[in-house]
Amino acid sequence: MGILVVGLNHKTASVDIRERLAFNGPKLEEGLRGLHALPDVHEAALLSTCNRVEIYASVRAADSAADQIKEYLAAFHGAPRAEFEASLYCHVDADAIRHVFRVAASLDSMVVGEPQILGQLKDTFDYALTRKTTGIILNRLMKKAISTAKRVRNETHIAENAVSISFAAVELARKIFTELSTKAVMLLGAGEMAELAARHLVTNGVQNIRIANRTYERCCELAEEFCGMPVRFDDYLSQMVNVDILICSTGAPTYVLLKDQMQKIMRERRNRPVFIIDISVPRNIDPAINDLDNVYLYHVDDLQQVVDTNKQERQKEAAKAEEIIHEEVGKFERWLASLDSVPLIIALRDKATGIKQDELEKFVAKHPGLDQQTIAEIDYLLSAVVNKMLHYPTVALKETNGDRDAVLSVVKKIYGLNGDDDE
Amino acid sequence: MGTLFFEFALTCYFAATIIGIIDLFRGQKEPSPIVVWITAAGFMLHLAAIIIRYAVAGQIPITSMHESASFFAWCTALIYLVLHFRYRIGILGSFIIPLIFLIMLASAMLPRVIKPLTPALQSSWLLFHTTFAFLGFAAFTVAFGVGVMYLIQEHHLKAKRLTGLFQRLPDIQVLDEISYRLITFGFPLLTLAIITGALWAQDAWGTYWRWDPKETWSLITWIIYAMVLHIRLVVGWRGRRAALLCIVGFLAVLFTFFGVNFLLKSVHSF
Repeated sequence: MGILVVGLNHKTASVDIRERLAFNGPKLEEGLRGLHALPDVHEAALLSTCNRVEIYASVRAADSAADQIKEYLAAFHGAPRAEFEASLYCHVDADAIRHVFRVAASLDSMVVGEPQILGQLKDTFDYALTRKTTGIILNRLMKKAISTAKRVRNETHIAENAVSISFAAVELARKIFTELSTKAVMLLGAGEMAELAARHLVTNGVQNIRIANRTYERCCELAEEFCGMPVRFDDYLSQMVNVDILICSTGAPTYVLLKDQMQKIMRERRNRPVFIIDISVPRNIDPAINDLDNVYLYHVDDLQQVVDTNKQERQKEAAKAEEIIHEEVGKFERWLASLDSVPLIIALRDKATGIKQDELEKFVAKHPGLDQQTIAEIDYLLSAVVNKMLHYPTVALKETNGDRDAVLSVVKKIYGLNGDDDE
Repeated sequence: MGTLFFEFALTCYFAATIIGIIDLFRGQKEPSPIVVWITAAGFMLHLAAIIIRYAVAGQIPITSMHESASFFAWCTALIYLVLHFRYRIGILGSFIIPLIFLIMLASAMLPRVIKPLTPALQSSWLLFHTTFAFLGFAAFTVAFGVGVMYLIQEHHLKAKRLTGLFQRLPDIQVLDEISYRLITFGFPLLTLAIITGALWAQDAWGTYWRWDPKETWSLITWIIYAMVLHIRLVVGWRGRRAALLCIVGFLAVLFTFFGVNFLLKSVHSF
């Protein structure tokens, strides 16, 4: 009995192959049931996102199960095995557990530390759980993957600090303003990154948004998209008096906002703080503006630098996370090993014999007059009861049919033999 | 007994100071909540110490430098605790509690003998005058700590260094707002302290104002904070300049309280 992961991700497979092997919509259920029905697969769960397709399984024999899964993938997607086999990875037992934990903790993600994957993984296992394709091993694997991911999140800084420019902009805005919902944003010019930053600000509570653009149609289009207010491009300077966050991304070859203009605006604003994000290359805002009090000017290069620093921080934190995962994999392996029936039968017998011996000694101590013969007979009697009592659990444990794992865990629980140290 | 409680309170403030300072350099996202609880415990013990001293001396225990500094520290702790539970800024303690501890330490090092009040000072004015003065001073002290936080955070933002302490300090707007509120709270109290002081002087010595160093320095402090408020309301000076003025104002507070008593001769020195 082992754990197997077969899959591919953004690092090992091109978009083409990922799309080819994806299980979208109704295919997911069909695929999951098909995988679960494979002869050597005991439990199965199937994750399919745009960055990865992974099959988690508890299997009887890893090699043959992996082979069956690959064969199944080829047949299901109608893709020759040779086409995708090089992109697949197979992890067995400890490596498989480690892989699942790393995925859950977002160490294997395109952007390390981004939290979406944990939710996707949860959905995957919930989906499998409701379709009864998982059993005690994968269920526990999932439970532990979630708790490990939470430990990583709490004990390291891996998920802190923005790692995209638009998020970095929002994070900065939050360090300048207490309440974003009362702040006014102006989008001067347009562009993918500027719009993304504006969108993030809106999702973070900004309600008042103005759009100024040289082409009027584009202006109205964007205003509609953001529920914003279109303003004439020529008016942007006068608007600045009421704008707290300016996102500038015009194609102008020169500065559109100069230091002395800003100084005048700040006087009119009575020095209420302003956050200016200049996404244009070449710069559209005079960098000297940053020297003014209560004005915080960030050029896209500054934001990029912030993002790079944050990414480096995450890499450092990832090393700490690996240690946590190493520890958790060890715990899980110990639990897995304890599922093996032979040690359990021995433990069960040891426990029963121990109890018998204890009780016998207590009895003898209470009745000092007993002779050796009687003691031997009582011992014999007790042993017979213990053996009879243990007969059925032992037989059940030795059976190797499908329910064995469940039986093992139940026996462990009812006889108090849980070697699990964290529950 | 009162002394014992005083020492306990001092120990609490010291412990909270150490933990608070360690918090500044630790990578933890949230500072330990233990800081505020230790301070709250110190605050209660401190209150007990003041009450016991009142009972023992039979007069309001704000008459010697030791007692005054102790009361000053207690008022500062009070304002810190109120702010903490109002704004929930964990790192605030790391900046304010060391100030409380230092004022308390100054108090601890000053002679503790209880001297009977001169007849001139035996008046109910004492309670009002000193309470107003020290609550005002305490507000300015906390405003100083918050001003330092503002300047650090503003420097982070301007220099675009956004790691470490930057993450744990709150946004600059809230810091600016807190410091402004503290001054709008402290300023009227200082004004009342000066007015009650003048009335009391008239009562006791027959003249409202005699340019005693304490009076002069109180007036200087008053003018500085009046400027902070005036410039903010009229010209809209806020942020860095307001924070810098808060720091200057605090230096004036320190001189008014400690400097005048030790360096200059005043009817307020005991």
